[in-house]
Formats: sequence, C-alpha cells, structure tokens
Amino acid sequence: MADRSPLLAAEAVTRRFGTLVANDAVDLTVMPGEIHALLGENGAGKSTLVKMLYGLLAPDAGRILWQGRAVSLPTPRAARALGIGMVFQHFSLFDALSVAENVALALDEAAPLPQVAERLREVSRAYGLPLEPGREVWRLSVGERQRIEIVRCLMQNPQLLILDEPTSVLTPQETEGLFETLRTLRDEGRAVLYISHKLDEVRRLCEAATILRQGRVVERCDPRQQTAASLARMMVGSQIADVRRARAESAAGPVRLRLDSLDLPSEDPQGTSLKGVSLELAAGEILGIAGVAGNGQDELFAALSGEAPAPRAAAIVLEGTPIGHDGINARRRRAAAFVPEERLGHAAAPRMALSENALVAGHAANGFLRRGFVQRDRMLAWVDAVTSAFDVRKGPRDPEARALSGGNLQKFVVGREILRKPRLLVVSQPTWGVDAGAASLIRQALIDLAADGASVLVISQDLDELFEIADRIAVIFHGRLSPARPAEGLTREAVGLLMGGEGFGPVADTPPVMERVA
Amino acid sequence: MTLATAILLTVITAATPLLIAAIGELVVERSGVLNLGVEGMMIMGAAFGVVVAVVTGSSLLGVLAAIGAGVALAAVFALLTLGLAVNQYASGLALTIFGLGLSGVVGAPFVGIQRDGIGRIAIPLLSDIPVIGPILFRQDPFVYASFALVAGVAWFLWRTKAGLILRACGENPVSAHALGYRVLRIRLYAVLFGGACAGLAGAYLSLVLTPFWTAGMTAGRGWIALAIVVFASWLPLRTMLGAYLFGGLIVLQLHAQTAGVAVPSQLLAAMPYLITILALTLIMAMRRGGGAGSVAPAGLGQPFTPDR
Amino acid sequence: MMALVLERRAEAGKWALLAAPLLAVGLTMASSLVVFWLLGQDPWRALQVYFIWPVSDAWGLQEVAVKATPLVLISVGLALCFRSNNWNIGAEGQFLIGAICGGGVAVWTHGWGGPWVLPLMLLAGAAGGMAYALIPAVLKVRLRVNEILVSLMLVYVADLLLDWLVRGPWRDPMGFNMPQTVTFARDATLPLLFDGGRMNLGSVIALVVVVVAAVVMARTLKGFEIRLVGQAPRAARFAGFSDTRLTITVFAVSGALAGLAGVIEAAGTVRQLLPGFSPGYGFTAIIVAFLGRLNPVGCLIAGIFIAITFIGGENAQIILRLPRDMTLVFQGLLLFYILACDTLILYRIRRRVPLQGAQT
Repeated sequence: MADRSPLLAAEAVTRRFGTLVANDAVDLTVMPGEIHALLGENGAGKSTLVKMLYGLLAPDAGRILWQGRAVSLPTPRAARALGIGMVFQHFSLFDALSVAENVALALDEAAPLPQVAERLREVSRAYGLPLEPGREVWRLSVGERQRIEIVRCLMQNPQLLILDEPTSVLTPQETEGLFETLRTLRDEGRAVLYISHKLDEVRRLCEAATILRQGRVVERCDPRQQTAASLARMMVGSQIADVRRARAESAAGPVRLRLDSLDLPSEDPQGTSLKGVSLELAAGEILGIAGVAGNGQDELFAALSGEAPAPRAAAIVLEGTPIGHDGINARRRRAAAFVPEERLGHAAAPRMALSENALVAGHAANGFLRRGFVQRDRMLAWVDAVTSAFDVRKGPRDPEARALSGGNLQKFVVGREILRKPRLLVVSQPTWGVDAGAASLIRQALIDLAADGASVLVISQDLDELFEIADRIAVIFHGRLSPARPAEGLTREAVGLLMGGEGFGPVADTPPVMERVA
Repeated sequence: MTLATAILLTVITAATPLLIAAIGELVVERSGVLNLGVEGMMIMGAAFGVVVAVVTGSSLLGVLAAIGAGVALAAVFALLTLGLAVNQYASGLALTIFGLGLSGVVGAPFVGIQRDGIGRIAIPLLSDIPVIGPILFRQDPFVYASFALVAGVAWFLWRTKAGLILRACGENPVSAHALGYRVLRIRLYAVLFGGACAGLAGAYLSLVLTPFWTAGMTAGRGWIALAIVVFASWLPLRTMLGAYLFGGLIVLQLHAQTAGVAVPSQLLAAMPYLITILALTLIMAMRRGGGAGSVAPAGLGQPFTPDR
Repeated sequence: MMALVLERRAEAGKWALLAAPLLAVGLTMASSLVVFWLLGQDPWRALQVYFIWPVSDAWGLQEVAVKATPLVLISVGLALCFRSNNWNIGAEGQFLIGAICGGGVAVWTHGWGGPWVLPLMLLAGAAGGMAYALIPAVLKVRLRVNEILVSLMLVYVADLLLDWLVRGPWRDPMGFNMPQTVTFARDATLPLLFDGGRMNLGSVIALVVVVVAAVVMARTLKGFEIRLVGQAPRAARFAGFSDTRLTITVFAVSGALAGLAGVIEAAGTVRQLLPGFSPGYGFTAIIVAFLGRLNPVGCLIAGIFIAITFIGGENAQIILRLPRDMTLVFQGLLLFYILACDTLILYRIRRRVPLQGAQT
C-alpha cells in the first residue's frame, strides 16, 4: 500500500484573478481508491483549484500530474478523456432540456439519443440512482438533479470524481444515500475528491484531507483522527467566538406576526406555490424555517416582505393589523425589516455605492429624503454607522457594493436593517457563503436583536445554523409549512425526515423545483 | 393556371424573404443571441446582390455577394457582442443604421437599373402534379432554398448533437461553458449563419421580387422577420407557417389595392405593420392564458464572458 | 497558443466616462478619412465640409441649434428609457405623431386662431407623442409584448398616416396639388430668437428640459428609481419600486418629449407638414443618447455634435456630391465605436498565455 503512486497530483499550482491570488502554490495529492476531502472556508480557493483540475481554468503557474505524468488540461473534454469527472455545486444542467439530452451533452462521443437513454438506464440501475430519461429537468427535485450530474459523470467511467459541496442542497437522509454511492465507487477503486466545509461529513466519509486557507494549503491530515473542533481551527486559523445564546425561557412575549393559511401562487411558472402556510411568531423569539432549496422559501420571503402581495389581507397579520395587501415599504414603516438571500442583485445593486444601497431599503422610513430630493450626507452618515456597528471592512468610505467581499457585504445588508431597530426581521440565508467570522457576528446580532424584544424569522438551509440560533423550527416542503417545534429536544433526524416530506401527507401535484442557478 | 394557384404563387414569393431571414434569426436566437440588425443585414444583401449582379452580369455572383455582405455585417455584430460583450440591443440597432446607410451609398449609382430577374425552375415530374405541382415545384431557386433551410434547421436543431449543443448555449451558457463547450465560438457560428440568411433574403428582394435597386427597399421586412420568430415560438416549422401567413396578408393587401377598395392606399400599406403588432399581441395573450411559461431560450440576449 | 480575455475592472475610472465618447468620435473621424479617400475625395477637404463649415458663421451656428433641438429633446427621453431597460426604438414615430397633433391644431385654427394656438399646439404635440408611446408600453406591461418591435412598427404607421393626411384631408387647397399643408399662421409658429437665422424658442425649451432632467436624474428619488430598475431589477422591487409603473412613466415621458420635438420642428422650423418631414431625428437620437452616455447633459453635448455632422452631411451632398446616406454610415460607425469603447470602461483586455503542463 505504501508505494502506491498518486492518481492525481497538483504541484505548486497558482492562479490569480486581477490582484487576488486565489490559489498560491497549492499542492494536492489524491491516491486511487481514496475519498479525499478538500476543506476550507468560503473563498479559500477550493472551487478555483478544482476548476483547474477539470480544465475550466488555466493555472498561471505550477503543473498537474495524472498517474505520474505531467498533463495539460486546456478543456474539460481533455480532463474527461483522462478520466476526471465533476459534479458542480451549482448544477450545470439545462432546465428546458430532458434528462437524456442533459446527459448527452456531457458525453464526448456523439451517440443517438435513444442509445444515450438506454445507457443512462443501465448506469442508474447499477448504482441505485433512479432517473427518467424523458423528463424535463425543471420538473425534477434538487436531489434528482444531482443524480443526473452524478450519473452522467459515471457514464464516462471516471477514475476520479470531483464533487463540489454536494450535500448543501440535500436532506440528511439524501446525504446518507449519496455517501453510500461514494463508498461503492471507492470500493471499485475510483478516487473521489470531496469539497466541503461541513466537518462532520468529512470525518465520517473521508480518509484524507487537504485544508486550504486564503488560497494556501495550511494542513494535511486524516480527518478520522481529528475532532470537528481541531478541523475548524485548521480551516479558520483562529478560534471563532462562540455565539452566546442568552435564553430567557420565560420571555415568550405576545404574538407579533401571524400567518393564517396563506395561499400564494408562484409568479414563476417553474416556482413553488405556497399552500395554507400558517405560523405564529412571538416578540423576542427566533423562528427557523428549514427546508431543501426550492420548496417555497423564495415565495415565502416574497410574501412576508410584500414583494408578492397576499391574496387576502388577513392572511398576514402584524401586531394585530392585516398587512397582506401592503407593499414592502408600507411594511417597513410598520418597523418590519427584510434581508433577502441574494446579496448582489436583490439586497444590493452591485454597481451602486453603499450610500445608494442604503437608499434601496431606507428611502421609505429612514429620512433620507427632503421634498423628494435625496440627502446624500445623511445616507453617508448611515453607511458610517453601519460600518462601525457591524465591522464592515472596505477601502474607500463609499465603495460600490460589488467591491466588498461576500462576508462584508452581508454584514452591511444585515446591519442596514438591524440598525433601524425593527420589531420584525425576516432574513433568508443569513450566512450563506460568508466566512466564519462574519457568520458568527451576524448570528450574534440576530440573537441580540431578539433579546431586545424583536421577532426574528430565519429561513435557512443550514441546519447547524438553525439549531444554533432558533428557538423553534418549522420545515417547508412543497410550499407547505410544518408546525413549528421547540428546537430544544428536536433531533436533526426528525427535521431531516420533514425536509424529505415525511409527515406532510400525500405528495402535492407539482414537484418543487430549485430556483434557476447561475 | 387558375387564379387561386396564381395567388398562392405570389404568397410564396412574398413570404420567402421573410422566411429565409426568420429561419436564420431563429438559429441565432436559439444560441442565446438577439440580433436586432436583421433589417440592416438584409438591405446590405439586397444592395450588394444587385450591384454585383449588374457589374458582373452574373446572378449567382450577385447572390454570393449578398450572402457575403450579410455575413460581414454579422461578423461586426459578433465582434461587438461576443468579443466585447456589448449590449446586444444597441449593437443590433447600430447594425441596422449602418446597413441602411452603406447600402444607400453603394446602391446610389445603380438606382433604377433594370435587369432580368432570376427565373423559375420547374422540377420535372413533380411540377406536373395538379394544383400543388405548379405552386411548390415550379418556383425560383430561392423558394427551394427556403424549403431546404427550414428542413435543414429543424433536423439540425433536434436531431444532431451539434444542434443540441447550440440550444444548450442558448438555454444556459454558464452550464454549457462548465461542460467545456466554447459558447462564444458556437454563438459566432450561429450569428454568421443568421447573417448569411439575412443577406440571402435581401438578394431575393433585389434580384427576384423587384429586380432593381431602390434605397430602403426592405421596408421593415427584417423587423417583421424578427416578429415572426417570436410569433413562431422559436420553432422552424411554425416559422414557415408564420412567414406564409404574413406573406398572404401582404398579397391580400396588394390585391385589395389593385381592386380599388375604398380605403386609402396608406392604410393598406400600413397593414403589414399593424398586423405584426396584432399578431404579437395575440400570441402573447394566448401564451399568458396557456401558462406554459416562457418558450424563449432562457439565455436569450444575455452577454456571456467566460473566465479562463 | 495565446488568448485575449476580458477581465472586469474593479471600479470604472472616472476618466473613462469622458474618454470613451471622445475616443469613439476620434475613431469615427479616422474611419471617415479612409472612406473619403476610398471615394476619391480629398479627405481633409471632406472633413472640413463635415465638421468645420457648419460652425464657421453665425447663420451656421443657428442652424446647428435648430438641428440639435429635436435631437436633444428626444435623446433625453430615450436616455431615461434605456437607463431603465425599456427599449423605445420608435421615437421617430412619436416625433411624427407630435408633429401631426400639433400641426393639426395649426391647420384647424388656420385663419381664425389667436395667441392661444401655440401653447395648445405644444400641448397637443406632447400629448400625442405620449399617447403613441404608451401603446408599446402598455402592451409590454400587460402582455410582455416586445416593445422594440411594436414601437418600431408604429414608426412606419405614423409615416403613412402623415403621408395620407398631407395628400388627403389636410392638403393645402391653394398648394397647386402639392402634398403639403398650408404654411402655418403667425400665431401657430414659434418666435425666432435672433435675426438672420432660424433658431427659435424651441432651443430654449430643450435647454430647460435638459436642466430639469439632469436634476431629476442626479438628485431625486425618481432618478434613483430609474437607475436602480435598469441596473438591478430585483433590488428595485426590494426597494418597493414598481417596474411596470416605471415602464409606463418613462415611455410616457420619452414619448411626450419626442412629440414635443415634433411639434417644435413643425411650428418652429418647417412651419407646415409635408411627407419626409423628418430627416430621421428619432433614430439619430438613439445614437445621441448613447454618445451622451445616457446622461441629460451628455445628450446636450452629443446632440450638438451630431447636429453639426447632420449639416455637414447636407453640405457634402451639395458640394462634394456624396450620397446623403453617407451620414447614416458615419452614424452607424459612431455607434459601433461608442459601444466598443464602453466595454473598455467595464473590462480590460488581457492576454493569457495558457501554461503548458507537458512538453510532448
């Protein structure tokens, strides 16, 4: 075993984007028959590295060896020809095309479609990944979409399979299924390069790990020998402040927000309609909404924010007032605040300065206007206030939103709302794709806001996050919401079953679809 | 030849330039690019077609020149929108303005020079079939070319791997790139093909339909071709249907004019444009009712710049 | 193998905002030199005819103002549309309808009007242009009908309507059967500003419009809304702005401005209606809007520049016997260059030499 030669080796691979060094002399060695973890925070350079291994990006320096031989990977086709397959984090699927067409696109030989469908059936049967070749992709669930990606890689008979954050969109049970498949592949002698920032998964699945931080390899280890805490330290490089949860159990105040069997057809024909969603949110409480992406989270956020007005005014009641017909600004004037999932493009306009982005959410209730004219000095003062309260790091005083890193921009858009001292805050994916430091600061801010008596509703796919901050957790599935249960005493398995649709009764007529990525 | 046959013949004649231009634009849009410059490429084809045909005395060279002119203009469009990721709407407009201008300059010395149009070719045996024989098989070569184009494009888009790849680039360029396809190169080919078709359609105007040059002789046909693509839901056979529908309406208007219907000639002349608006409105209203969602390629009109 | 790639600049340099249009103008001039040379003209003399002669005397300067007025008015409206991703391509039609509505008042009141006629004409022209622009806007908002195609088709319709009117019901009975209306009465014409030229009150109106539009865009919530809807439509919705209402608003404003330009042209410059009334101002204004960087003050500067080339083109037709369409060629070229130069603001072009892993 000791003198086995590596299947793949990257030697001192470097890639720059402008002034940013995304990969700085990175070394990576993957052995055959090994599940190798590539660990790192968001922005550590994991995706850049695997894109170079798959021929999507060209390295600026360094070399890549395949079975001991230096190779050049000008295209993904070249990578596939060697035996490298990749499953993308944001799936590279085509919604309007059928499963078989999607698979045919990933095959390098031109085979007639019926033949592709036949081979697809064979492979999916062999690995226990059922798929219907004729279905259009937009009709499929997220889990099924991932299956397409995996099956079409397997049809190339790869020696190395790269998976980029594959479990971020799966339920715990679906994740177990995926792990089974990956172990089968390993037992066949194939190697898997598994990219993740989830430490428990890596410890359960992988026998080797390379840890990246800020574009550099900081550690190599056997994750089975490590604790989650030690892995986290390697990843982050320092101790992250634990989120303090000052729970005054008695402080369940009066009901502030009530949804009363809210029905809302989705505006997007491929979206998920809300069906009979009811919930109650008390003052001083954090309610978490768990669920797999595409089960109606976007629609729920739009209904709560007023971007999509409800059919009945009484379906949404805030502090005793029916607000279902109110627009987003009317709700803001009632001391509600909102943080959507997409930072760039939804919460903030990428090419506008932060001061103008303060105006985006603040023109209705923040006093930025005088007789219809914009008061630039007040907006700037607001930016300064958010900057210092939420530790937003930026170069100039008032840069464009897209010039900020993900974590800093997220701190800005969360801070922009919390500084208004809202009595209701609705936030979707508060820490999606931000670094650990920023995530911890944001979660603490949410807890502190609730401690001051505000009601906070958090929509998140990150179960760890919800268990960390939420008082009660409900699950959204196919546009329906389960009753909320106290987080204390709730197990991940129970939540996972709900996320998979157990306990929701017969499956609804239309399957959920993930929002169009990319 | 009966009157009905004669009318159907003129319908096909009126529809063919629309069909050729529309089928080219369909391929362009299927690849995710919206080229609004069809009118400009078409009129360039018309001008260069007639000029070269007059100078060389060869209709074939004229047709080739027309195709070349359309392709050249399309290449400029590709350079801007694909190479430099410029706004596709604005580039298409620039193409139209430039094409209208340059065709006028090039054609100016040739205004009013008459020449013999390209004749019809009867296909032996087939043309003797009663009724449809004379309509379908005693036509000029452009009509046959338009049939071949529709069949070829339909086959290409739905029966070949290359066609699948082209549609994939129009649906989701990011994914197509991630799979290793050269999105920009594929779009370039599509745009050039669209240019060739528009140039060919222009040649039909100046070499067959009215065999001489007048400035601005396309009279909005390029824009109507764009509307036909929308009307046809980006499907080749429906594009053919749409083009013949429009052709029929144009012929109807001409007949009404000669028959001396008591409406101003300007109103009749405005009919194709009004009908285009009406057709677009109706089709969109129907789609809204049908709830089938958007049928346009999802990536249509979105610039794409690969990272490498 | 070496590849050129576009790399997004972190922050667009302020210099580039000015540099791109200037560079585009320079490139157009350079290209036109080549074209003149190819056509067997003396390039320098041709350049002089195009760019220098129009501004070399007081009469010429006034003519520049006369031509710039409709271009500036229309392009300011188009800038609002384009900024908010509304593609109103039919300003030419709205211009003609404005002229028809305003001119209709003049024809109708001919012989019995009073000082109230002119304000009524301006109002009617603006209202007519607005109503005409609302057709594509409403169809877009209600049924998502493509506004480009509808607004463009309506140009042809407006053109034919004008043609019918001046050959039919509105033809001047004393006009020897010429297809034109009566020459407007004094009450129906815009007063001239100076002797020895045709510059009229319309130019002042255009200046006022530029100032108002500049203030609205830079300092008010409405201007912010227009920019936000264009740049980030989802963020605009998050800000509580309604994109459908904004679409209606910008189409209405740009239609009204185009209509106003039309009636100013009719009442101030041509003083009657006749076929071929517009030398394509509505289309040229699209180029003016882009050259002016979709900014009202920029539109003013660009409008004056394009007006000079317009007159230069007319001069060249007479003096150099160059075809009239030459102007269109240069306008198309100019738009190509502006768009290309705009990319240089957003991106930098970088050479990438892919690394060879193995020497085989």
